[in-house]
Amino acid sequence: MRAPATDRRPWTFYVLAAVFTLFVLFLYGPMFCIYILSFQGPNGGLTFPLNGVSIDWFGALFHQQRTGDIAGAFSRSIPLALIVLTVTVMFSLAAGLAFRRRFFGAGLIFYVAIASLIVPGLVLSVGIGLGFQMLGLAPRWYSSALGAHLSWTLPFGLLIMFAVFSRLSWSYEEAARDLGASTWQTLRYVVIPIVFPGIIGVALFGFTLSYDEFPRSWLTVGPYNTLPLEIWAMTTNITSPALYALGTVTTVISFVVIAAALSSIAVIQSHRTRRRVARERAIKTGS
Amino acid sequence: MRKPGEVELVHCTKYFSETAAVDHINLKIPAGTYCCLLGPSGCGKTTILRMIAGHETPTSGEVKIDGENVVGLPPVRRRTAMMFQDYALFPHLSCLDNVAFSLKISGVAKAERRERARRVLARVQMAQFADRVPAQLSGGQKQRIALARALITNPRVLLLDEPLSALDEYLRLQMRSELRRMQRDLGITFIHVTHTQPEAIALADLVVVMDQGRIEQAASAQDVYTKPLTAYVARFMGGQNVLAGRVSGITNGVVVLDVPERGRIELPASDPMPSIGSTAYVSVRRDRIHLTKQGASETVNAVTGKVRTIEYQGTWVKVTLEGATNEDFVVNLPDTEFFADPVNPGHTVQAYWKSLDVHPLVGGAGRSDRPYASGQN
Repeated sequence: MRAPATDRRPWTFYVLAAVFTLFVLFLYGPMFCIYILSFQGPNGGLTFPLNGVSIDWFGALFHQQRTGDIAGAFSRSIPLALIVLTVTVMFSLAAGLAFRRRFFGAGLIFYVAIASLIVPGLVLSVGIGLGFQMLGLAPRWYSSALGAHLSWTLPFGLLIMFAVFSRLSWSYEEAARDLGASTWQTLRYVVIPIVFPGIIGVALFGFTLSYDEFPRSWLTVGPYNTLPLEIWAMTTNITSPALYALGTVTTVISFVVIAAALSSIAVIQSHRTRRRVARERAIKTGS
Repeated sequence: MRKPGEVELVHCTKYFSETAAVDHINLKIPAGTYCCLLGPSGCGKTTILRMIAGHETPTSGEVKIDGENVVGLPPVRRRTAMMFQDYALFPHLSCLDNVAFSLKISGVAKAERRERARRVLARVQMAQFADRVPAQLSGGQKQRIALARALITNPRVLLLDEPLSALDEYLRLQMRSELRRMQRDLGITFIHVTHTQPEAIALADLVVVMDQGRIEQAASAQDVYTKPLTAYVARFMGGQNVLAGRVSGITNGVVVLDVPERGRIELPASDPMPSIGSTAYVSVRRDRIHLTKQGASETVNAVTGKVRTIEYQGTWVKVTLEGATNEDFVVNLPDTEFFADPVNPGHTVQAYWKSLDVHPLVGGAGRSDRPYASGQN
């Protein structure tokens, strides 16, 4: 008879742990170098070692610099991301609801929508840029770039809503109907509240995909850059740690958005489970 | 005034793509009846329930409630309420707001609807759980909330889709009697879908046994159990052995069936008379059969087989014979009778019964020969 399994971990555990450690180092190591270097002293350079510690380079970001218009880029990127978020949520929710039923051409529409995830962003950017030029329209962040971003976020949002709705039992809607709710009341009082965490997920994706987007923005923003384009432009001519400070600030903004989304999900969940009798545990017996 | 809640299906048919889930059903459920739709999964019982509820539209035929054809009407206008198999309690609402949902929809002010919901919660002994959300409830508690949510709409027909299937055995029995009591108190029609025979027998005034989209028998629980109409019902309800033989003669009010190589079965003649030479099916209750170890002495109303299993059931003993007929032959002996002269697996015994205990069945072997778990107990 074989000895019973002991608490010793198999050798594969250590191999996989080593691989995972390397992966994490590769993922976060460079980022942390940038965050640390953004606190470089006033006389420091682009590389280690740190020559003192300061927050001067963050200050430098918010002055109009000869090298780039960072405040302006923010003032375009954030509204653009918010518009993308709103449109993505509305259309993904509607499309997700539509795809719960089989309708004529559903498969075709689905693949057409998903195909734009496969088209390289730069190609799309070039195409939209050319299209606007041919039509005699000036490309702007709020028109051509908005469309380019939506071509990326809408299919993503749709896929997320698919996952969300696949777990939504039809019986909730039938129960609502049974209790007299109209289609609209069912949506407002039952479906949307139940899938709300999923909607927040879509919003989060919509915002961050747009906020970070480079290739689809490239030829579609027109004369005024969004943030990723501005940073890219700066890398070619800035040689100060302000660049690193910018990286730190944009990362912080992304994290704030994600944290806001996750905490609102958490608030909703706790609102659902925490009631006046929260400390009581659900009684296991039937009465 | 006539009691409300009479449900009638008239030539009701429902096709899903090419297959008929419900095939030309005629059924009348009197007002204030506890009716169980019983059958194996896929027999169309849930489809019937959903057509009465208004969640499914019949392909053809009528659904009448109190004489009025309700096809096309929404559930609220039908004054039906449904309890879903998974209860479908809204996970984001407290129990109180779940119960008050229909009042909210019909525009009742918050204070009043909560007050009324509290009263209904009290009725199902769930008042102290008003502020919980469904995730914090056990299965039995969820079911009470679902019941309260359905009852607050003041329905004339309550539709229950396998309401007890998610509960453990103990709770199931408890909730079963509670449902029955609730139905008696309210006096409205309950239509309850189940695939469990004892549940239907215990609850229903009217048991509707279904198979493949058709009604095999609709009768009182006692009739369905002791006087099954067809071989299908006899096998499905359990408690019966089904035998077949060729009609060889009818004399002096006794029908004689020849069972090749196994002897004869005699039973009192009854309408409709079988024709000589045809194959007839009969059933014999398991608890009306006796055993003897004396070889194959008897040739009328007796079969011989080898004991395969013996299961002690408390007040009776279930003895299964093989080789007696083409299927397992089950004898339920009272415990005193069994232990007076016990048999063991491997023994060859003869089972015999009185001709008065032979019950004639109509039709052939049924469309499905061995429906689903061939026997309970």
